[in-house]
Amino acid sequence: MKDQDLNRTIDEITDSNPGHTTASAIKYIGLGLFFVGLLVFLGSLMMNDYKLTNQVLQKSIVGDEQQSQSSAQGGSGGGASRAGKSKKMIQLSAIEAEVQPMLGKTYTSQFAFISDLRTALATADETLTNENKMYSYQQGQYLMYITKAAGTGFLSDNLWLLFWLSIGLGCFGALMYFLPKLWLTLPGIQNDHIYHNPATKGKTIGIIMGSLLIGFYVVLYWYPEYIANWIAMVDPISYAIKGEEASQWFLYGLLYTLAIVVMGVRMFIKYRHSTYHMIRTGSVMFFQTAFAFLIPEILVALNKPYFDFKNIWPLHYDFFYDYSLNNLAGSGSLGLFMLVWGIALIIIGVPVFTYFYGKRWYCSWVCGCGGLAETMGDPHRQLSDKSLNAWKIERWMVHSVLVLVVIMTAGVLYTYWTGSSNVLGVSTYTVRSWYGFAIGSVFAGVIGVGFYPFMGNRVWCRFGCPLAAYLGLVQRFKSRFRITTNGGQCISCGNCSTYCEMGIDVRWYAQRGQNIVRSSCVGCGVCASVCPRGVLKLENGPEEGRFNEPKAFTITDDGIEMNKEMAA
Amino acid sequence: MHLAIIGNGVTGTTAARYVRKVKDWEITVISSETEHFFSRTALMYIYMGHMKYEHTKPYEDWFWGKNDINLVYDHVTDINIHKKELKLRDGSPIGYDKLVIATGSNTNKFGWPGQNLDGVQGLYSYPDLKLMEENTKDINRAAIVGGGLIGVEVAEMLHSRNIPVTFLVRETNYWDNALPKEEAQMVNREIRRHNYIDLHLETYLKEILADDNGRVRAVVTENGDKIPCQFVALTPGVHPNIELVEDSDIATNRGILVNHFFETNHEDIYAAGDCVEFTDAAEDAPPIEQLWYTGRKQGEALARILCGERKKYDRGIWFNSAKFFNIEWQTYGGVPPQLPEGIDTFYWEHDDGRHSMRINFDEQDRAISGINVMGIRLRHMVCEQWIKDGKSLEYMLQNLGDVMFDPEFSEKYEHAIIDYYNQLNPDKEQLKLKRERGLFDIFQFRNKETA
Ligand SMILES: Cc1cc2nc3c(=O)[nH]c(=O)nc-3n(C[C@H](O)[C@H](O)[C@H](O)COP(=O)(O)OP(=O)(O)OC[C@H]3O[C@@H](n4cnc5c(N)ncnc54)[C@H](O)[C@@H]3O)c2cc1C
Ligand code: SF4
Ligand code: SF4
Repeated sequence: MKDQDLNRTIDEITDSNPGHTTASAIKYIGLGLFFVGLLVFLGSLMMNDYKLTNQVLQKSIVGDEQQSQSSAQGGSGGGASRAGKSKKMIQLSAIEAEVQPMLGKTYTSQFAFISDLRTALATADETLTNENKMYSYQQGQYLMYITKAAGTGFLSDNLWLLFWLSIGLGCFGALMYFLPKLWLTLPGIQNDHIYHNPATKGKTIGIIMGSLLIGFYVVLYWYPEYIANWIAMVDPISYAIKGEEASQWFLYGLLYTLAIVVMGVRMFIKYRHSTYHMIRTGSVMFFQTAFAFLIPEILVALNKPYFDFKNIWPLHYDFFYDYSLNNLAGSGSLGLFMLVWGIALIIIGVPVFTYFYGKRWYCSWVCGCGGLAETMGDPHRQLSDKSLNAWKIERWMVHSVLVLVVIMTAGVLYTYWTGSSNVLGVSTYTVRSWYGFAIGSVFAGVIGVGFYPFMGNRVWCRFGCPLAAYLGLVQRFKSRFRITTNGGQCISCGNCSTYCEMGIDVRWYAQRGQNIVRSSCVGCGVCASVCPRGVLKLENGPEEGRFNEPKAFTITDDGIEMNKEMAA
Repeated sequence: MHLAIIGNGVTGTTAARYVRKVKDWEITVISSETEHFFSRTALMYIYMGHMKYEHTKPYEDWFWGKNDINLVYDHVTDINIHKKELKLRDGSPIGYDKLVIATGSNTNKFGWPGQNLDGVQGLYSYPDLKLMEENTKDINRAAIVGGGLIGVEVAEMLHSRNIPVTFLVRETNYWDNALPKEEAQMVNREIRRHNYIDLHLETYLKEILADDNGRVRAVVTENGDKIPCQFVALTPGVHPNIELVEDSDIATNRGILVNHFFETNHEDIYAAGDCVEFTDAAEDAPPIEQLWYTGRKQGEALARILCGERKKYDRGIWFNSAKFFNIEWQTYGGVPPQLPEGIDTFYWEHDDGRHSMRINFDEQDRAISGINVMGIRLRHMVCEQWIKDGKSLEYMLQNLGDVMFDPEFSEKYEHAIIDYYNQLNPDKEQLKLKRERGLFDIFQFRNKETA
C-alpha cells in the first residue's frame, strides 16, 4: 500500500468504522440483559407461595427412598437403606405431629414459612429417641427440601421460563457483553483502564460484588432453605441429567460450571493472541464441565458413587472419610478403581506431573478452584497483595493448613481402622467437622471466592489450599519448571508483579536477571504475557541451571565479583 | 565516609544499592521528582490504567530504611565543590565525601514557536504525567510531534482514551534513524492499524498556535496544513539534564563529561546514567547512553569503582527492546539503519507483515554481528554468546530452536525462516533445523541449554 493510501484522516477513520457504534451498542445491551437476568434471579426468590401438605412431607422425607430401595435391593447397601427408611418413617411421624398447625395454610412469605417449619423440626427432634435424632444437619436438609417441595405458585408453574429469564438471560447478556470486543479491540494485552474501573480496582462496585458472593456462599452452605426457589428452578435440568431432584449442590455445580464456561469465553476473547491462554482456558472449561459436573452426576444416575476423578486429596479432604471409603469399597470394581485412582494421584500423579510441568498442570489447567479463579476471577487478579509481608503470612498459613489436613486425615483413618474415635483425648469427629467448617466451607468458599474483589482471585489457592502447598513443595524442590528471565531485558515496569494473581513479586527476580522458582506460582503465564519486553518465559527444562545466579555482580568475602555474563 | 547521590533514578539507586552491599558508608540519595525510586518506563501504563503509581516502585518503601539508605526528597540547587557541600532548595545543606550525579534527562525542545503554550508538553517525569492527565481531560484531538520510542508510547496512551491523534514525524518511515527500512515500515503499519491515529511521515512542525487564553489551539506543519488540537506532546527525544552543573566548574559538553570510570574533572565527583557524555567513547559507540538498561549497568559498574575496584565500564554487547503498540522489538549486537561496509543482511518477514527476523553478518566469514526481531522473542544470553563467538548466519539458522523465547504453544517460525533462506540460496547447501520445537517439545526433554 502506498503511503498516501494509508494516510487516512481521522474523520475517515471514524466514519469508515460503522461497526464500532453497533458493536458498542450490542455490548451495552448485553450488560443490560445481564442485570435484568440478575434481578429476575434475585426476584425469583419471592415468586412463590408455600403450602405444607402431607404429600409434601412424605415426598421430602422418604419420597425418593422408595425408588432407590427397589433398585438397591440386591446390593449390600440394601440393609442399611431399609434401616434408614424405618428411621426416616419415625422421623416423619414425629415431624407430622409438630407441623399440624402449618398444614393447609398458604404462606406468602418464605421467611414466615421457614421460621415456623424450623421451630417445628426442632421440637420434633426433641421428641425423638437418641438413635432416631435428626440433629442439626438432617434438620437443615429437611428444612430445605420441605420448603422447596412446599413451594407453589408462579415460580413452580414456570420453572423453565424463569430459568431462562434469570440464569439463561444472565449468561446470554454476559456473552453479548464480551463478544463485541472481537471488533472493538485488536488482539493483544487488554488491561486498559483496569485501575480506572470501579469494578476492578477494589472499590464500590467491587465491594458490592464481593458482598453478593459472600452472601451467596453463606446462604448456600448454612441456609439453603432460603434459596429453595433457585434449587427448584434447576430441578428440570437435574431430572434431565440424573433423574433426581436438585439439591443445593446441584445448583451450585451448575452455576459454577456456567460461570467458568461464560467467563472462559471472555478469556478466549481477551487472550485471543495467546495460544497458551486459549488452551489452558479450554482445559479448565473441559475439566469443570465433564469431570467436576457431568460425570459425577451421571455416575449417580447409574447408581454409582459420586466421584470427581480430578479432585485430589488433600483438596478433596473427605476422600478418606469413613463414609467415602465405605461407599467406594461397597461399589464393586469401579469403586475399587476409584480408590486406587485417588491414591495413585496423590502419591504418583502429583509428584510426577509436577516434576515435569510444575504445579500448573493442576492449578491452572485442571483444578475447579483454579478454573473459577482463572475465568471468573481473572478481572480481579491484580488485587493480590505483593508485599513481602503477605508472602510471609502466605507461607505460614498454607503450610499450616497442610499440616492440619494431614493430622485430621490421620485421625480419621485411625478411627476407621481401630474404631476408636479418641486420640489424645480429642475426638476425630470434632476435628474433622471443624476442618470441614473452617477450611472446607469458610476458607475455600466464602473467603476463597467472596474475596475475589478484595484480595484477588487466588486467595484460597494462595493462603489456604493444602494441595497447592503439597504441589508447591514439589515444584520448589524437585521440578523442571521455572520462569526463565531473559538476561538484562527487564525495565522494572512492574506489569508482571501487578498482574500475578499469586502475589509473587516477579519483577524482584526479573530485574536482577534471576529465574523465578517459587512454590506458589501456578503457571498461569499472565506475567509473561503482560511483560512488554519479552522478559519472561514459562518453561520446563533440565534442573541444572534452574536456580541461576542473579546476573549482576556477586559479593563475596574477598570483595565484589562480576558474574561472567556481566564481566564482558 | 559519606556518599551522596543526586537523583533516585535507576542509575543512582543501583549505585546506592550495590555500594550498600559492600560498604557500611553513610549513603544519602537526594531527589526532587518523587520520594521513592519508581520506574519511568512504566509511566504510560499509569495513564492507561494498567497500574497505579505504587505498582511502578520496584522496592517497597521499607526497603530503604532497612538497607540504611537515607532518602532526601529535595532539589539540589548548587554544588560547593570546595566545601564538599550540596545546597538544597528546602532543607539545610548536606556535606559529602564522594558525590555521584545521576540527574537523568530533559525533553528536547527545538525552539518551535509556541512550544511553551499551555497544553504543550513533553513526557519524561512523573509530574509530566500528571500534567498530561490534566491537559488531556475532555479534549477531542491531540497532536504528537516527533517519532521515537516515547512518541509511540504517547500515541498508545492517547489511543487508550480514544483521543484522536495527529502524529507528525520527520522521518520517511517511523524511527528509521534507528530501525532499518523494513522494520520501520512495519511500525508505520502497526501504528496505522489503530483507529484514531493519523500518522504523517516526512512532516515538519512549523509552529503551534494559541487561543485567547494562551492554550494551544492548533499545530501548523511546514507545508501549511493547520491541524486543530487541544494538546501537543513534544517527543523529539531527550538530552542530558545538566542544569545543576552547567555554570559550575564541572566540565560539560552535551552531558556531564566523564571517562569510562565515571570520573568527572573533579576528584570525588562522579556522574553516571542519562546525564553523562563519555569523553573516550569507542568509535562505533554513542557517547551518550539514554536507556534504562545502560543506566542500570552504569550504576553497577560505578558502585564497583566507588568500592575500590577501578574497572573500566564496558556496556558489553548491545541490546535493547521496545514495544510499538502490539509489536515487540528486540535487538542484539549492532543493527544500524544503513548496512555498514562489509556487512550483509538476511531479512525474513512473515506473510502477516507483523513478525520479522533480521540477521546481519560479515560478508567474509559470515559471522553474525547483529540481530533484530519484531514480534518474536529471543534469548538474550544465547544471542550474546553467538555474537561473541562469531557464529555464522548458517549456524544461527540451523539452531533457531535454541534461541527462540516465544511462549509455549505459540506459532513457530523456524521452518518458514529456514525455507526462505534455502529459497534465496538455491545453490548453497540447503540448511536443516538442528532442533525441532514440536508439540513434544513442551516436554523439552532434549533441551540442554535454557539460560
Ligand atoms: C516514557 C519513557 C519511557 C522509557 N522507556 C524506556 C524503555 O523502554 N527502555 C529503556 O531502556 N529506557 C527507557 N526510557 C529511558 C529511561 O527511563 C532512562 O534512560 C532512565 O530512566 C535514566 O535513568 P537515570 O537514573 O539516569 O535518570 P532519571 O531516571 O532521570 O533520574 C534522575 C532523577 O534525578 C532527579 N534530579 C535531577 N536533578 C536534580 C536535582 N538538582 N536535585 C534533585 N534531584 C534531581 C530527577 O528529578 C530524576 O528523578 C524511557 C524514558 C521515558 C521518559
Ligand atoms: S509468577 Fe507468573 S505464571 Fe506464576 S502465578 Fe504469577 S503471573 Fe502466573
Ligand atoms: S513486566 Fe517484564 S519488563 Fe516489566 S518488570 Fe516484569 S519482567 Fe520486567
